[in-house]
Order: sequence, then C-alpha cells, then structure tokens
Amino acid sequence: MKYTSQAVAKPYFIAAIALFLGQILFGLIMGLQYVVGDFLFPAIPFNVARMVHTNLLIVWLLFGFMGASYYLIPEESETELYSPKLAILTFWIFLVAGAVTVLGYLLVPYASLAKWTGNDLLNTMGREFLEQPLPTKVGIVLVALSWLFNIVMTVLKGRKTAISLVLSLGMLGLAVFFLFSFYNPVNLVKDKFYWWWVVHLWVEGVWELILGAMLAFVLIKVTGVDREVIEKWLYVIITMTLVTGIIGTGHHYYWIGTPAYWQWWGSIFSALEPIPFFMMTVFAFNMVNKRRREHPNKAAVLWALGTSVMAFLGAGLWGFLHTLAPVNYYAHGTQLTAAHGHLAFYGAYALVVLTMISYAMPILRGRAANPERAQIMEMWSFWLMTIAMFFIALFLTGAGIVQIWLQRISVTPMSFMAVQDQISIFYWAREGAGLVFLLGLLLYIGSFFVKGKSHAFE
Amino acid sequence: MNHSSATLSQEDLPGDFAIWIFIFAEMLAFGVLFVSYAFTRAQNIELFNASQLTLNRTSGAINTLVLITSSYFVVRGVEAIKRGLNQQCSHWLTGAFLLGGVFVGIKMVEFQDKFAADITMSTNNFYMFYLSLTFFHFMHVLMGMVILAVIIMKARHGGYSAHDYVGVETGASFWHMVDFLWIILFPLVYIIR
Repeated sequence: MKYTSQAVAKPYFIAAIALFLGQILFGLIMGLQYVVGDFLFPAIPFNVARMVHTNLLIVWLLFGFMGASYYLIPEESETELYSPKLAILTFWIFLVAGAVTVLGYLLVPYASLAKWTGNDLLNTMGREFLEQPLPTKVGIVLVALSWLFNIVMTVLKGRKTAISLVLSLGMLGLAVFFLFSFYNPVNLVKDKFYWWWVVHLWVEGVWELILGAMLAFVLIKVTGVDREVIEKWLYVIITMTLVTGIIGTGHHYYWIGTPAYWQWWGSIFSALEPIPFFMMTVFAFNMVNKRRREHPNKAAVLWALGTSVMAFLGAGLWGFLHTLAPVNYYAHGTQLTAAHGHLAFYGAYALVVLTMISYAMPILRGRAANPERAQIMEMWSFWLMTIAMFFIALFLTGAGIVQIWLQRISVTPMSFMAVQDQISIFYWAREGAGLVFLLGLLLYIGSFFVKGKSHAFE
Repeated sequence: MNHSSATLSQEDLPGDFAIWIFIFAEMLAFGVLFVSYAFTRAQNIELFNASQLTLNRTSGAINTLVLITSSYFVVRGVEAIKRGLNQQCSHWLTGAFLLGGVFVGIKMVEFQDKFAADITMSTNNFYMFYLSLTFFHFMHVLMGMVILAVIIMKARHGGYSAHDYVGVETGASFWHMVDFLWIILFPLVYIIR
C-alpha cells in the first residue's frame, strides 16, 4: 500500500466479514423458522432472529464502508489519514457496541432492554431496522461523526478528487439522515413518513453515492482508464440517483395516510430509479473493455462487474417490479418485497464492499494480488453466492406472486397464515439456496488462507 | 482512440456529452408526466376542462414569450463566444438570466393566486398535475438560472475562447431544454381542451 495509515482498513474488513457470516447464520435460522415455526423457540424467536439478521447486515456494511473509505481516501488524497488512532478507537467502540447490542437482543426480552436503556427518556425503539437501544443509536451517531471527521480532515489536507467528494457527501448524508431515527412522533403516519427518511434515503439515496465512489475507485485502479472519464460517469450517475431517488421516496407513501399525489410522484420518479443503475452497468463494462492494463487481481474485476449487474437486477429491475402504485396496491409488503430486499442489498451493497475488500485486502497483506489458487477459490465463491442469492430472489418472487394471487386477487381470498402454508415449498427451496450461499461464503473466507506464489507489486 | 470530450462533442452534439444524458433523462421524466396527464384527463374530461378555465392563460402566454425570447438571447450568447467575444456573450446571457427572473416572478404570482384560493395538490387530479408539472418546471428554470449565472461569471473573466466554449454550449443546451419543456407544457395544461 502507498500510505501506512491505510492499514487501519484491515480490522474493519475482517470485522465486516465476520459479521457477514453471523448475518447469514441468522438468515438460515429464520429461513427455517418460516417452515418450522418453533425451531429454536423460545431461545431465539423469529422476531429476534429477524432483528439480528437485518441489524447485522447494516452493521457489517457500515464496517465495510468505513474500512473502504479509510483505505481509499488516503490514496485519493495522496496523504496519510488525518488520525489513524481515531480510526482504530472508533473501530473498537463500534465493534463492542455492536456486539453488546446483539447480545442484548439475544439474551434480554426486548421490553426489558428498552426499559434498561432509557427508552422512556427518548422513545426511539420498536421500529423495524431502528430497533437499536438509545445508547447504541447515540453510539452510531458518534461513530459516523468520527468517521466523517477523519475522512473530511484527510481530504482537506490533501488532493481533492471527485471520488473523495462524492464519498464524503454520501457519508455526510448517512450521518444526517440517521438523525431522523431519533424522531418518533406519536402520529403513526408521521412516524412512518420520517422513518423512510432513514431507511429509503440511506439505501436509495446517500448510500448509492458511497457505492458509486467505491466502484469508481476500484475501476480506476484495475482498468487504468483516465480518471477524467470515470469521474464524469460518476457525476452523471450520482446526479441521476439523487434526482430519481429523493422524490422516489414517494413509492413508500402510497398507502400510509399521506396525500394521494404521492402515488403519482412516487410512481413516476421511482420508475426512473433503475436508470442510474443501468448506467452503472454500462459504465463498469465499458471501463473494463477500455482497460489499459491487465491487473493481476482478476477476482476484484469480477466482483466489480458483478456489483454493477446484480445492483441493476436487484435494486433496479426487482424494485421496478412493484414500484408503480397500481401494482404496489396488490404487491405491498408481500414476499416480492423480500425478494427485492435480498437481491438489492446483496447486489448493490454486499457486493461493492466485497469488491473493495477483494481489491484492497491483498495489498494490505503486502502483495498486488492473491495467488492464482486463492483467486480461483474467491471467484468460485462469487458465483456460488451470486447464483444462490439470485435463486433466493426467484423463489421469494414465486412465493410473492402466489401470495398476491391467493390472498389479494382471487375471488375467494385466503387468510395470511393459510397462504403461508400454501407457499411453504418456496420457503424450503429458499432455505436450500441459503445453504448454498453459506457454502459460498465459507469458500470465500477460506480463500484468505490459501497459500501460494502471490503477485508482487509492479 | 483517445478523443477528448471537447473534440467529440463538436463532432456530434453541442456541449458536453454528459448534459445530453441529463436532457434525455429529464425528457423521459417529463414525457411520462405528460402522458400520465393525458391518460388521466381522458378519464375526467369535464373536471379537467372546468379546472383548466381557472388558470391564467394570459400570464402563461406572456411566460411563453419570455422563455422563447430568453432562448434567443442564449443563442446569440453562444454565437458571440464562438467568435471569442466573452463580454458580448455575458451580456446576452445576462439578458436571458433576467428573463428567467421575469418568468419566475410571473409564475410565483400565479402560484400565489392558486394558494390564496386554497387550491392544493389534493384538490383534484387536474390541480395535482398542474401544480406538480409547473413546480418541477419552475425548479428547472431556477436550476437553469444558476447554470447561466456560473457561465456569466466565467465569461466576464474571459474564461472562454473561440476554441473553448463547450461550457457555454452545455449550459445553453440545458436552457433550451427548459424552454422546450414549457412550450409543450403550456398548451398541454393551459390550452388544449
């Protein structure tokens, strides 16, 4: 690596992968609970498994984003990180707080957890994805601010590039929109309205800036294409993302008690949200085709291309499937949403973090690229995880379509639980695909331990 | 093989290629809105016709002339910079900028009238479209004015030349799009019945 302070990225990446493994294990537990309702009950009830599954996802992605920015910002800014010590301190605080929170979920009844952590003082808990106790939420803000501070100070003392600007903007947005998790009005419509400002404006807004910046960085490194070209693409893509994504928030406002014009605004703008994702696919393939060098890290190129394709499929196409208000009227909150959630999070965010780790980790370990055998194993893990996740999405889509039909369209609609019985075959298939995914992940972790002759730096 | 964006753009499209991606995306967004308007209108023709009569066609027509004139000024500005005349260019663009301001002023009076009459996007589908379309367009006029202002500042300092005027063309392309959208929007929403 070019700057010694980039090394702080390493513990972040390791923690990200470990938490990723935890997320998948809890996913498998709840996947089984879909069909064997009392599996592990009462030790780990479904709602707790779900909370751990989704919270671990967010936390490992944040670890990945942080590690990635500590790695790429010094290189972009051509200077050492402002404070490597702060970055390491932040790492431990975040890791311990995350672990304590998950243990709290698992060991303490949620209501007691709320009571002990001061939820009476400021009522923020009990909302999907924002289940964290108050001290954890405050901790997340502090960690995000420390991260933002460290990155911005580094950018300010060094070279300013489009990539570091876009990344910093994304991080700023991430910190700012999380503040809405502290706002929990009694009115349920308002509660949901602002809840989406965290949830939607993160994943369909500011996170996409972080994604774009990370992808652009890796593409510059592995293709050697002019920075000027890649930065122009980046600007166009993120502008389109914000133009469509911000008003696109409206696609969550169809049936929650907000004014009816949101059905138009939400439908039209969110229907355009796939465009930036499609541009990202075109961009990545174009840059790789125009490459001016053959980077020895073939695996990183594969992850990068995979990100651009799977993000388009998962976020773009699967999102579009149920984004139009007349379709969403039937599809709202069914397994179709779960299909989209899985493929989009994997395709856009899990893959971009893995891309960054794939590119940076060998360099952090003192070589340009991993040994051939390790890379082959890594590429196998890419295909296993990606195909498995695609099948998870397909099975859930099947489950969703049958669910919509039996529960909402049929002339003799069935009750929710009766429909769940009817679609259990899809859940079994999904669990099977989940096991293949776990296999891919284990292979991925294994690839870090493969020995052999590695590529030295040029 | 290694075309710079400047040489590329002069061979096919005026201005930076990136602006054309925006323009096509914008057209697509407005296009979808226009088509949605047409379909919704077809189902409520009487309601749309009745509500349409409450719009101020005179101010709409004046605004149309204002924007077309501003576009002409922008054309003259581009022509000036192609001859390397930074000062003339900035004068023409300032004219266009001021006309943009006139448009914004007239539009705000129109909005004020509607809000004073307690008309909101929830009043009916016609007003939902009228307010959405004109508001989105309004925001584009403001955006266009910001772009023009940046170009004017740069031209004043002699920032362009007869060989390097991609920036001016880029801004001009955006402004023409704003004008063009209004030329469709005005008859569609104010007049056609």
